[in-house]
Amino acid sequence: MKVTQVSVFLENKKGRLYDAAKILGDAKIDIKALTIAENEDFGVLRMIVNKPEEAIKVLKINGLVASITEIVAVEVEDTPGGLSAVLKVLIENNVNIEYMYAFVEKSADKAILVFRFDNPDKAIDILTKNNIRVVGKKDIQNL
Amino acid sequence: MIFNEKMECLDKKGLSSIQSERLIKTVDYVHKNSKFYQNKFASSGVTPKNIKSIDDIVKLPFTIKDDLRDNYPFGVLSQNLKDIREIHVSSGTTGNPTVVGYSKEDIDLWSEVVARCLCCSGAVPGDMIQVAYGYGLFTGGLGLHYGSLKLGLTIIPCSSGQTKRQLKILQDFKPRILACTPSYSLYMAETAKEMGIDTKKISWDIGIFGAEPWSEAMRKEIESKWKMDALDIYGLSEIIGPGVANECLQKEGLHISSDVFYPEVIDPKTNKPAELGKPGELVITTITKLGMPLIRYRTRDIVTMNYEKCRCGRTSPRISKILGRTDDMFIVRGINVFPSQIEEVLLSIEGTEPHYQLIVTREHGGLDNLEVLVELNEKFFSDELKQLKHFEEKIAKEIESILSIGVKVRLVEPKSIERSEGKAKRVIDKRAL
Repeated sequence: MKVTQVSVFLENKKGRLYDAAKILGDAKIDIKALTIAENEDFGVLRMIVNKPEEAIKVLKINGLVASITEIVAVEVEDTPGGLSAVLKVLIENNVNIEYMYAFVEKSADKAILVFRFDNPDKAIDILTKNNIRVVGKKDIQNL
Repeated sequence: MIFNEKMECLDKKGLSSIQSERLIKTVDYVHKNSKFYQNKFASSGVTPKNIKSIDDIVKLPFTIKDDLRDNYPFGVLSQNLKDIREIHVSSGTTGNPTVVGYSKEDIDLWSEVVARCLCCSGAVPGDMIQVAYGYGLFTGGLGLHYGSLKLGLTIIPCSSGQTKRQLKILQDFKPRILACTPSYSLYMAETAKEMGIDTKKISWDIGIFGAEPWSEAMRKEIESKWKMDALDIYGLSEIIGPGVANECLQKEGLHISSDVFYPEVIDPKTNKPAELGKPGELVITTITKLGMPLIRYRTRDIVTMNYEKCRCGRTSPRISKILGRTDDMFIVRGINVFPSQIEEVLLSIEGTEPHYQLIVTREHGGLDNLEVLVELNEKFFSDELKQLKHFEEKIAKEIESILSIGVKVRLVEPKSIERSEGKAKRVIDKRAL
C-alpha cells in the first residue's frame, strides 16, 4: 500500500526548480503534489507524480540526481481536525514521522496526507487498524 | 625474488655509509667536471670540503628543471659529449626541452635499477614482457627494455600504439608481463572488449605502470579488468627515466633505489626537510651517475616517505604514490594543502573517482576559508535533508583530520563543476594575495 515519491536533489541556484519542472512538463508528467525541503546550500524536491518511473528516467537523463522513496499516503476528510486525528493515532503508537506534507483532492472533500516513516509497514498496519484509509498507487494515479 | 639483495636489504648504518661515500665522490666529481656545478656551488658558497657525510647534503644547492632548460642542450653534462653514449629528450610545454646524457656506466646503472623494479613487481628470469611504452627519445620504452635484458626476460618491444596488433601478439605469444602507462592499459581493455577478447582470460599476470600519476581506484579498475597485479613504477628522465622506484607486491609504497638515488622530502615553501611521514616535494641526488649527475634535483612530485622495513624483506625506503605536484599546492591558514589529499578522502568515502573543487576565500578579518564542493553521487542521495547534511559533515570531518584545518563541504549537482578538457579545475583561489 505504499506510494512512490520522486525525490530530486537541487542546488540552491537560480532556475534549478524551473529546470526540473520543465523536464517533467516536456515529458508530459503530471505533478500531483510537491514540497521542497531546503537548507542554505541545497534542497530536496519531493513530488507525487502520475508516472514516477518515467519521471526518474527523464530527470536522470538530464543529469539530475533523483531517486524513488516509498511513502505512505492516507485519505482524510478535508475538515477541521482531519490531520490531528491521524497524528493522534501515530503518537499513541509511537510512530515517528521523518517528514510529511498534504494536498487536497480536486473532486472530493478529502485531503491526502503524505508521510515518510522510517518503518512504513508498521505505520500502515497501525493506521489500518485504526480505520484510517491508506491510499494505494492506483488511487494516487487516478486523482 | 630480490634482484640485488646486498643493496636492497642494507641495514640503516650500512646504507648511510654507502650513501655518504658516494655523495662525497659525486660532489667532488661534478665540482671537477661540470662548469654548471662549479658555478652553482660557488654562488651558494659551498665547496666539496663541506661535504663529509650524507647528512651534509642539506648544505648543497638545489637543481631545478629550469637549470636544465637554461643550459640547453648540453650545459649540465659532467662528461665530454664524446663519452656520452645515449641522449634522451623530454618535451616541455614551454621553452626548451630537457636533455639528458647517459654514459655507458649510466646505461648499466639504468639496466640495474629497472631490473630491480621488475623483480619488485614479481618478474623472474625467463618471463616474457610486452613493452608497450614508447621507444625513442622518451625514456619509457628503452628503460624497460634495458632492465628486462639485464634480468633475462624475453622482450617484445611493441612500443606504444597499434593496439589491435598488440592484442594479437598478447593472445598469440602469451607474455606474462605488460609495461605501459596505466591509461593505455585501460584503453587496451576497451579495444579488447570491442574485439571480443575476454580480458580476464589473457596471459598477463603483472602490469608495470608509470609515466603518469594514477590512483588506487584506477589500480582496482585495471586489476579487475585484466585480472593482474598492477604495480606502480616511478621515474623521471632527469634522474634516469623509469626505475627510480617501484612497488613490490605488498603495494604499500614504492621502493626507491636509495643507494644510487638519494631521496629527500622537503617542504616546497620553506625548502626545509618535511616532517617525517608528512607530504612534501621529493628531491633526488644521483650519487653514482657520471654523464649528467644531478645534485638535489627538485622533482616537483609530492610524496610521503617511509623508512620502515617492508614485509617483502627490502629495507630500501619507500615513497608513496605521487600525491600531487608542487604546482597544485596552495596554503590555507599556514597549512600546505594538496588537492590530492582531499581527493584521497573522497575516494575512501565514495569508492569512486570523485569530482570536487576547492574554493579558497579570505574574510575581512584576514582569515582564510576553504570550501570543498563535492558533486553528489547518486549512491549517497537521500530524500532526507539531515542525511545529506550528515554526509557533508562526515566528509568535512575526514578532511579536517588530515589537514588539521576546518573546511566547509557543500554538495553540488553532478557535472556542475566546470571541466576543462575533461579534467575539473581543482582549485579556485579567490583571495587577493
